[in-house]
Amino acid sequence: MMVIIPLDAGRLDAHVFISFGRAPWFALFDTARNTLKFIENSAAQNQGGAGIKAAQAALDLGAQAVIAPRLGQNAADVLLAADVKVYEAWDGSVEENIALFTAGKLKTLTQVNPGIHGDGAS
Amino acid sequence: MKIAVLSGKGGAGKTFAAVNLACVALEACYVDCDVEEPNGHLFLKPLNVWTQRVSVMVPVFDVEKCTGCRVCVDFCRYNALALARGKVLHFKEACHSCGGCVLLCPAAAADYSTHEIGMIREGKSGGVRVLTGVLDAGEATGVPIIRELAGRMPKEEICVIDCPPGSACPVMESIKEADYCLLVAEPTAFGVHDLAMALELVRLFEKPAGALLNKCLPGENPARKLCMNTGLDILAEIPFDLETGRMISGGEAAVLKSPFLKAVFLGLLAKIKEEMQK
Repeated sequence: MMVIIPLDAGRLDAHVFISFGRAPWFALFDTARNTLKFIENSAAQNQGGAGIKAAQAALDLGAQAVIAPRLGQNAADVLLAADVKVYEAWDGSVEENIALFTAGKLKTLTQVNPGIHGDGAS
Repeated sequence: MKIAVLSGKGGAGKTFAAVNLACVALEACYVDCDVEEPNGHLFLKPLNVWTQRVSVMVPVFDVEKCTGCRVCVDFCRYNALALARGKVLHFKEACHSCGGCVLLCPAAAADYSTHEIGMIREGKSGGVRVLTGVLDAGEATGVPIIRELAGRMPKEEICVIDCPPGSACPVMESIKEADYCLLVAEPTAFGVHDLAMALELVRLFEKPAGALLNKCLPGENPARKLCMNTGLDILAEIPFDLETGRMISGGEAAVLKSPFLKAVFLGLLAKIKEEMQK
């Protein structure tokens, strides 16, 4: 299974990032091969619709699960339309989150935030 | 002549200035482009108001015809489209109604549809025509309503455009047609910070501009300082005054009650006209 985690940096000790769409980096964890890759999030600097674009990128990377502290409505709509499971991240490093996920200790994310977060520029 | 009134920061006195300018002009058109919270009508109290709904184009997708080729998703620079499990998802709050997806779809699965986002109201308050844009709650952008308002502004008369706060797209759309920009400034650090941004925008659009210093107090005025440092003409000054505040809270056009303010606004209008003839 491919798992995506939004991160503040592209390193093993990177911290989970508060926003999914605006996260500078993504960790791509392959549970079958136990491999971890870091990918820059091209949606992070987009003026609008970053959540939609980031979610699309996650689907294109073959994500079947996302671990994030929170999720916007639009990103959630895209991910859920592709049956991607969304788990609530632990406020810690990518390593900690992978360990918790593997141990089955992460809960399903229930809180979704309202759509476009309004940059006033449209 | 179209005069746009803007300030950057909200609450500096845009509507106060725009309403009273229109009132002293006698024959004028007041255009409320602050479509998220238009309030000029509270002071002008227009009669015989008619309403027209405003819609934008949104695409609709025929799932039977869609092949999931992604041409539309990859084209959309506003990230308003996504493809999940071969099915196109459209997010209308991110959509800018460009129509690119409809034009490009190789399977002709996308078509034009409309979505209502708000309305325009027009009425008359004495000699002042009152045009008001109203954005429905929950809609992402009022720019299409402002565009519609711009198309209805009369060519000959004096038009006073009450801009939204800020200095982003809705403000740009509001000043586009203006012949002159009046920047309303209040003497606070916050006000001056945003005024500088509004001024930068006005200069980018190469519009002639001047300042109205509002809510002036004795002593140092950071807004005046900004005007001096940036070469922005100060056209008029209005003191901070409780009685003016009371008139505004009571929904009154101040120039109809205060001879002093009437003189200030008549002088301001004359100066703008003079500037325009230069």
